[in-house]
Amino acid sequence: MTFGSGAAAVREGRLATLGERARPLTLAEQRVLPVLSALAPLLPGGALARGTSVAVAGPGATSLALGLAAAASAAGSWTAVVGVGDLGVAAAAEAGLALERTVLVATPPPERWGTVVAAVAETVELVLARPPARVRVADTRRLAAHLRTRGGVLVRLPGPGTWPEAPDVTLRALAPDWKGAVAAERLDGAGRLRARRLVVEASGRRRAARPTRVELWLPGADGAPAPVVPVPVGSAPTVPAPASAPAPAPAPAVARGPAPAGWAEAG
Amino acid sequence: MARDLDRGRPDRDRPDRVLVARVPDWSVLAAGYDRSEPVLVVRANRVLAASPAARSVGVTVGLRRREAQRRCPEAVVVATDPDRDARAFEPLVGALAALTPAVEVTRPGTVALATRGPSRYHGGDEALGEQVVELLAPLLPRPAPVRVGVADGTFAATLASRPGPPERALGPGDVVDRPDDPGPGQSPVRVVAPGASLPLLAHWPVTEAAAHLDTPEADAAADVLGRLGLRTLGALAGVPAGDVLARFGPDGALLHRLARGLDPRPLAARRPAPERAVGTELDPPVERVDTLAFRAVGLASDLHQRLAADGLVCLRLGIEVETEHGEVRRRSWRHEGGLSAAAVADRARWQLDGWLNGPSVDRPTAGITRLLLDPEEVTAARGRQLGFWGGETRLDEGAARALARVAALLGADAVAVPTLGGGRGPGDRVEAVPAGLVDLVGDRPPAGPGAEGPWPGRLPPPSPALVFAEPPEVDLRAADGAPVGVDGRGQVSAPPAHLGREPVVGWAGPWPAEERWWDPDRARRRARVQVVLADGTAHLLALEHGRWHREGTYD
Repeated sequence: MTFGSGAAAVREGRLATLGERARPLTLAEQRVLPVLSALAPLLPGGALARGTSVAVAGPGATSLALGLAAAASAAGSWTAVVGVGDLGVAAAAEAGLALERTVLVATPPPERWGTVVAAVAETVELVLARPPARVRVADTRRLAAHLRTRGGVLVRLPGPGTWPEAPDVTLRALAPDWKGAVAAERLDGAGRLRARRLVVEASGRRRAARPTRVELWLPGADGAPAPVVPVPVGSAPTVPAPASAPAPAPAPAVARGPAPAGWAEAG
Repeated sequence: MARDLDRGRPDRDRPDRVLVARVPDWSVLAAGYDRSEPVLVVRANRVLAASPAARSVGVTVGLRRREAQRRCPEAVVVATDPDRDARAFEPLVGALAALTPAVEVTRPGTVALATRGPSRYHGGDEALGEQVVELLAPLLPRPAPVRVGVADGTFAATLASRPGPPERALGPGDVVDRPDDPGPGQSPVRVVAPGASLPLLAHWPVTEAAAHLDTPEADAAADVLGRLGLRTLGALAGVPAGDVLARFGPDGALLHRLARGLDPRPLAARRPAPERAVGTELDPPVERVDTLAFRAVGLASDLHQRLAADGLVCLRLGIEVETEHGEVRRRSWRHEGGLSAAAVADRARWQLDGWLNGPSVDRPTAGITRLLLDPEEVTAARGRQLGFWGGETRLDEGAARALARVAALLGADAVAVPTLGGGRGPGDRVEAVPAGLVDLVGDRPPAGPGAEGPWPGRLPPPSPALVFAEPPEVDLRAADGAPVGVDGRGQVSAPPAHLGREPVVGWAGPWPAEERWWDPDRARRRARVQVVLADGTAHLLALEHGRWHREGTYD
């Protein structure tokens, strides 16, 4: 079996690729929208399944929602943000959203909320919506049906109201830890918020039933979500020099633990 | 070589004789202005049409509105309104229908009719053309010339109705702008003898053929051909047909056929079975255009789906209504590139509006009881090739329409597309443009001018995920309970210790931002700090006139 096994393996690999390409079926797990690799461990199948809804909660919910939409938006999907008048568009762009494919919809009056969100979901693949004070069951059912038939994904932002039906996946941010600010006692605020370390807990129904926890930089140094890379034991965490800090004094040593991706290059 | 192939079968490919009547600057006339007045018809801040008076001072179609206004400051700016154009055109079409029933509207302002029967009846193409001019001239809302071209096929006839042909080959940058008004002693009718289209076509740019087909694919093919040096129809016609098809696919082949003066779709276009028509009975009878248009939208998508299921697309659409009094009105609309569901619905709305609201002589005398959309000519749909790099996404024409519906529900400003511009604060950088003013389907730059800066005092990323339009006032105090201030040198009076009741555990700043200090009315002086609270949340605060506001939250 040793003779020619290398070539056989290569051929088998090619055949597998070819089979993959020629396969006519679309399996359920292939009907997905991509997500950033940092967020993939949180979702069943490592991507946003089309036709489902994902709720975000906790401190950092908005950043989480933007992070979820980023990869699909960059890949060509349109994103609509409904009823979030105070969305930080700069943060959205930093998270990776393609602004040229983003639509902002003002908060609809409560009685028209269902109609508007359903109309948007019919059109746009990614809908980020904040619920009004009261969400009717009929509206959520209609919305869910639209999502299933059109293959969209709804990201539920926390809002004044609650949703009558549970989402497929809930992502909850816990234990936010901002890096870059100085301690409250210091007179010179010589630093700036650089990145936030978060624990995100995923729970949900069916395939997402088993809770998963992932540590993330959200936002990371450049505004986009980044995975927390474990530091090799023994190497001291490096504190980068501020590359573009507006304050004149160098940043004090506040960053404990591993630095987010991109810091090493910056320093 | 291409011509050798065609020699054996001259009539099979030669299109039928067609007369095209064109009223130049129709949208200007329909808006109620004279051609001698400077008028710009704009859509999404681009000039869609301009009156001769405006064109004479350098305004061209496709110019940005601001640039056009700079060149012609006294111009009246009118928003485009296809409904208005179609409504005003309907009486003219009605008059022509008295001449021959086979009248096709290509777009408001241009109408085509097959001349085979009528020419013989009226004593030749020339006489028929003059008859058409005489018929239409008194019906125009404002004085304007009526230009008529008779030639083989709609494309050649359309070009024959235009002033020209150009004496030299036109490139892509050249603008054909000769007066549409016929000179003294010059006939408004131009007849191109059968089989003599080629010399007429030769000098026109390939983009004219693409404009005739009016599809994005044809535009793209014409663009590529132009960049390869095949700028004129004459040059394109000289290339063997097989090579064009092999290299440029069906879009290139269509352009090539047009360039050779042939019917773009011989034998392919066919009269479908009458069962293809979709219609609806209206009970009670309807007299309102919006109700009818609403029903037409449903029928249009139904028709489109049925045709698409069989791989067909509609080239010519018949719209027919019947009234309580038994009157039947029917009109044909044509689009060379194939009519999408949205386009069918548009044509139906324009036509119904023209019948019910226009000053038409054959306005129905009673409510409409039956509405019928009949595909009179169909051809094989070639499908759409999705963009290679995700160029074409799901927000197609239909989706833009759905967003327009949301805008109709909530108000025009409620649906907006954001761009990042210049500015220091996170909220200053965002420009949200109402979606109705932007071409959503086309390419748009993601960032506005000045986005890169330099903007001294701008906070580096990450930016706050929530930015408040009306920042709430907050109370930021030092450990001793005194409000925190920022002095002229950009130093805080004391480190912040409490935001309201929440203890501050970390902070950074301040970033002073002095904006427009040269303008006493609009000058703003602010200082921003970032604070991290005990619960782990972080906020962006701004001090202005001694008061702190929460500008954003790093959610």
